[in-house]
Amino acid sequence: MDGIHDMGGRQGFGRVRYTRKARAFHADWEVRANQLYALAVRLGIFNMDEYRHAIERMEPRHYLTASYYERSLTSLATLLVEKGVVSSEELERRAQGSFPLAMPSAPGRTNVATRERFKPGDRVRVRLDFVPGHIRMPGYIRGKAGVVVGESPVYPFPDAHAHGVESQDEPTYDVRFRSEDLWPNSADPALIHVGVFQSYLERVAPA
Amino acid sequence: MPENEATVQQRIDAIQSVYDERGMKPAEGVEQLRDMAEEAWARNGARVVAKAWVDPEFRKRLIANGRDAVAELGITMPKHHRHLVVLENTPKVQNVICCTLCSCTAYTIIGLPPDWYKDLEYRARVVRESRTVLKEMGLDLPADVEIRVWDTTADTRYMVLPDQPPETRGWPEEKLATIVTRDAMIGVARL
Repeated sequence: MDGIHDMGGRQGFGRVRYTRKARAFHADWEVRANQLYALAVRLGIFNMDEYRHAIERMEPRHYLTASYYERSLTSLATLLVEKGVVSSEELERRAQGSFPLAMPSAPGRTNVATRERFKPGDRVRVRLDFVPGHIRMPGYIRGKAGVVVGESPVYPFPDAHAHGVESQDEPTYDVRFRSEDLWPNSADPALIHVGVFQSYLERVAPA
Repeated sequence: MPENEATVQQRIDAIQSVYDERGMKPAEGVEQLRDMAEEAWARNGARVVAKAWVDPEFRKRLIANGRDAVAELGITMPKHHRHLVVLENTPKVQNVICCTLCSCTAYTIIGLPPDWYKDLEYRARVVRESRTVLKEMGLDLPADVEIRVWDTTADTRYMVLPDQPPETRGWPEEKLATIVTRDAMIGVARL
């Protein structure tokens, strides 16, 4: 989905609020949010792709104003409800107030049928895919060409894995793009590398 | 926020009570996880970097297969992190990692990500305005240094292998490990 979570390349943001030796956690409840979602993953109640997707499905106004660990606990609560562990009414009764959850999920998809194996040096293009469900393709590389620099072991295909859809595991490719190709005349020169699932890629014929 | 909305504290307490009733109990306590996340895990990465600086054969194995090489030092990664790619900085190359879609990191190697890494500003800007962002964060790179950004959009995990400061050559490995920072392994600082 082209959701609010897809932040790469968005303009209008100010300085990074950077401090040296910045903390990962600022309160005990944040540590607990992290522990409780990690435990649910370990117990097999949901997987990491479902967890990430439930964050992406948060209503955009809520997503933007929530802290990182509020997003984490919202995803956790949403999935506990969707998996039938607890009802939303029960959560609200225990929390003594309203408990905002993420929006419902749209359908997922399985792997692309015509996948190709690539090797370092191959030129590839990111397919013009628009899907309503989970996808790990940041919008800023859609339709863009780059060069393969690495291949990973196979992983569950997120577009399926986040939705309980059958699929085959597939490798991801580290693809190198030029920032000037991604945002012509509108980026600092750099090489931008993105981990791209095989299903998102097609070969670019040599010129 | 609606007037009757539960606070985050109330919401996490509500979830916790559901867990308690079902006997779902985290293996480690809050303090233990905090220490692992912010201290112990980042020390793992520092050990890896120091070893790579003093042992050229280890460095080669680390670049070839990061996951296997860190296992030699007794460092494990979660099952779903099947691949660790180690990015070598040189005087002319600066690697920097990010996750524009969420906040993925090789957390057992470099620690759980700091707050700014998860903020909207870093995620939005570092891919498009890398040099500007690094400069704002205190890393003003000479114009001839190439910047390579790595967006952690899949389950491959990255760590930056900082360039060893020349004045530390000959130091023992344990002492070298003390100068390696999490931010240098993310790539927003040089040592």
